[in-house]
Amino acid sequence: MDYKEAGLTAGIEIHQQLNTKEKLFCHCPALLRNSSEHSGEFFRYLRVTESEMGEIDRAAQEELKRDRKFHYFTYDTTCLVENDEEPPAPLNDEALSVCLTIAKMFGMTPVRQVHTMRKLVIDGSNTSGFQRTALVALNGVLPTGGEIETICLEEEAAQRVKDDIFSLDRLGIPLIEITTSPCMHSPEEVQEVAEYIGMVLRSTGRVKRGIGTIRQDVNISIRGGARVEIKGVQELDLIAEVVRREVQRQQNLLAISNELTKKKSSVNDTAKNVTELFKETKSTVLKKAKRVYAIRLEGFAGLVGREIQPDRRLGSEMSDYAKKCGVGGIFHTDELPAYGITAEEVARLRAYINADSRDCVVIVAAVNDTQAACAVNQVIIRAQVALSDKPVPEETRKMLETGSSAYMRPLPGAARMYPETDVLPVIVDDDRLNTITIPELLTVKAERYAQEYAIDLNYATRLVLSEKLPLFERAVAEGIKPKLAVFTILSTCTELRREGVEVGKISDEDYLATWHAVDTGRAAKEAIPDLFRGLASGDTLDEVLQKLAPAVSRQDLESIIHTIITDRSDFVLQKGQAALGPLMGVVMSEVRGSVDGKVVSEILKKEISAVLAAKKP
Amino acid sequence: MAVVKLDSGYNIGVNPDSCTFFGYPAESTVKKTRVPQKKDLPVLSIVSTGGTIASRIDYRTGSVTSQFDADDILVAIPELAKVAQYRTIPLATILSENMTPSIWQELARAVYKEIQSGVTGIIITHGTDTMAYSAAALSFMIDTPVPVVFVGSQRSADRPSSDNAMNAVCAASAATSDLGEVAVVMHATTNDDTCAIHRGTRVRKMHSSRRDAFRSMGIDPLGFVAYPSREVTLKSHTVRRGSRKLALHDKLEKHCGLVQFYPGMSPELLKAYEGYKGLVLAGTGLGHVSTALIPTLKKLIQGGTLVVMTTQCMQGRVCDRVYDTGRDLLSAGVIEGGDMLPEAALVKMMWVLGNERDPEKAAERMQEDLKGEYNRRSTHGL
Repeated sequence: MDYKEAGLTAGIEIHQQLNTKEKLFCHCPALLRNSSEHSGEFFRYLRVTESEMGEIDRAAQEELKRDRKFHYFTYDTTCLVENDEEPPAPLNDEALSVCLTIAKMFGMTPVRQVHTMRKLVIDGSNTSGFQRTALVALNGVLPTGGEIETICLEEEAAQRVKDDIFSLDRLGIPLIEITTSPCMHSPEEVQEVAEYIGMVLRSTGRVKRGIGTIRQDVNISIRGGARVEIKGVQELDLIAEVVRREVQRQQNLLAISNELTKKKSSVNDTAKNVTELFKETKSTVLKKAKRVYAIRLEGFAGLVGREIQPDRRLGSEMSDYAKKCGVGGIFHTDELPAYGITAEEVARLRAYINADSRDCVVIVAAVNDTQAACAVNQVIIRAQVALSDKPVPEETRKMLETGSSAYMRPLPGAARMYPETDVLPVIVDDDRLNTITIPELLTVKAERYAQEYAIDLNYATRLVLSEKLPLFERAVAEGIKPKLAVFTILSTCTELRREGVEVGKISDEDYLATWHAVDTGRAAKEAIPDLFRGLASGDTLDEVLQKLAPAVSRQDLESIIHTIITDRSDFVLQKGQAALGPLMGVVMSEVRGSVDGKVVSEILKKEISAVLAAKKP
Repeated sequence: MAVVKLDSGYNIGVNPDSCTFFGYPAESTVKKTRVPQKKDLPVLSIVSTGGTIASRIDYRTGSVTSQFDADDILVAIPELAKVAQYRTIPLATILSENMTPSIWQELARAVYKEIQSGVTGIIITHGTDTMAYSAAALSFMIDTPVPVVFVGSQRSADRPSSDNAMNAVCAASAATSDLGEVAVVMHATTNDDTCAIHRGTRVRKMHSSRRDAFRSMGIDPLGFVAYPSREVTLKSHTVRRGSRKLALHDKLEKHCGLVQFYPGMSPELLKAYEGYKGLVLAGTGLGHVSTALIPTLKKLIQGGTLVVMTTQCMQGRVCDRVYDTGRDLLSAGVIEGGDMLPEAALVKMMWVLGNERDPEKAAERMQEDLKGEYNRRSTHGL
């Protein structure tokens, strides 16, 4: 595929949670919870309000088609601000500092007076019905030559637990939104830029890590197509695939439009109530439905069922549109007979609404006439777009698991922005900007580590990108040997993870305690995998050490060492005092690290001296 | 700083020196939509004192506009059209902390005129801060045969989650119901499921920001409005439609004060009330102030000031016969205010002193129940 030829233009928006102490507009901890821990719940309706210009946003308008009653879970770590029962606190200054630092790293122009806005979002993910957001900096550059248009500081939305139930723990966690210009022209380039920006963000050491803490939205268009925003790409590796599939989808929609034009297709019919035709049907969906409506799409046969992306057809797009009215989806004759609908029923349907073999018939099943009419109307709107000269609608879409996407809502316009009158603007002056220091990029840090600690660059790179980087830095500062720490973090833990050991349960404190135990000789280096197995199962370090090797008394130790020395007297005589080091390892593995290295070394020295003295002429 | 609105909708503040003047934009007009009203529905009058029901920011003035006619309201809250037809009377556009007894009087006269014209009920939109004072004031100033319902919103009307719409719909439902007194209708819980109907003389804003801030004090609410069904249920102690004959008593004595006592309070502060016709004290517990204040209070009373004791506990009744200080207060001439809320007692005092010249009779009236503000029995706990 020649993406240049296709006229691919893409940009990305990266949303990264910041690791601040408190949330963006209240003093709750920025802490994610398990929804089973919720301490209360409440429900609300959201309404559409007009913008300051007296307009209603088109994305919000789309949400109006459904009931907007939403339930919310509260926690002992959420407050009245998340409940939309209290005005917001001032903009979190720590979060603003992180944004200004990142802005400086991209050479951006900071906004001198930051104004918080309300971005209308009435899908229930914000109790207020809007997401607070502030533009912090403009005009940055990427090393690839692309531009970063803006950095915004936003509040994270509530997480959907199920259907219309949301969890308030995530609501209000600070989020940085980095938007590039549409400056990329190949799927791989988009992925590389996303990776680079991600690396810069992590270089600050002030961002959250783990699944769901970073999300990419990709904006894609091709020549003849339209700008489409695909939301919620969580895995970096999928970005290029998402772009490839969207190009494919837009190209197929263009091709379908050409064919429809050639066939002189049209959407002129009005919908018909065909409930009676399916009275005796074996299709459970149609049988259950109070109303079944059908619409003839003239000259659409074969095209509604054509695949435009893996597992996605033009019919899927129509179905997404219809779902906005609350129906479960649609049926179309390109895929029938199936789902309990017989060939006979299809023939009867075709005859009833005068459809010939060139036509496709779409059926919707609904609870009443209003819903049926709404759903059919949505199908008609989508069909009309498909045969127009602009067959790719401007849309916000959500990514599906494999990298394909489904329709969410129209692209929002500027009408969704409204000033947040409850938050005072924040002045960003020269003094503040001058005190910002730029952190070392992780790529630079990796090179430095490779050199300073004499470790392989690949290894160092993996280390700096690891979530355990802060732990490593702490360990080194506490005097742990860097190689020991790196080896444990990258190799030991990876092997244990493959074995099924829940390494994630081991706290940073336990890592450090283990390393210190090795360092002081309380445990052998070789015992780390065993120690971690024990720690992961919930034991304390002392318990694990105890279990691995019961404490050895001084007397026992002396006798063990005596035996070892006696067995190896030739070696001792040959090496003299230099035998201490190698013999230390032998003793430690014998007692499995359950004694103090200092004591071992003391007794060893005594025994070695004794052997040497005895042999002296 | 100059505020610039970008094409993306974001506002940013920039140094004015970095701006160049190009010219003024074309005047943009806000679209006006006509909303047809159903002629077979009862008529309600909406009297507005501040633009809380339908409002949005206005860049020309920089403040919240109070566009206010029936069309504006019905565009903002289409559900209202199912309940009634509306006439609108814009009385004032003030923040409720700027409310004055003079505006209460204007409000009472406007409401009286509307009831006289035969409407089914009255809705008064009001900022929530002093809504309870205004509701008490109207309770005393108007004998009403129809519902007079105060309503507002705790969360601004320009947000999709605002409580304005549900409160307004519930208020309209209450205003078309069998209710026959002055009431406040606001959210009963944090959920969008029920509004409570509170008696105007027994309601208090008990939280600075929550939707369900308004509570009936010392009595049960008069009733509830379920949402979205709009079903109104009234309790047995609620005054029913048509029980009272329409009358207006709009005189108020404005030289009245309300003082909250605190430990160590200086008598000097009370001296500021010399020459006032009345003073309500919000005392501690059963109705006490420190012994040090009693001589000053005695002087005030001798000088012709009516002094009534209430409790800052908000719940419960004053009794100045239990402790020595209380007995001293009584012998100084202080009147016990029963279980009246301090604010309701103040408003009542203004009304009583405005209508009753004889000090003894005025004192007696303060201890009578006029509009449900003074319970003879304490039936309700905390």
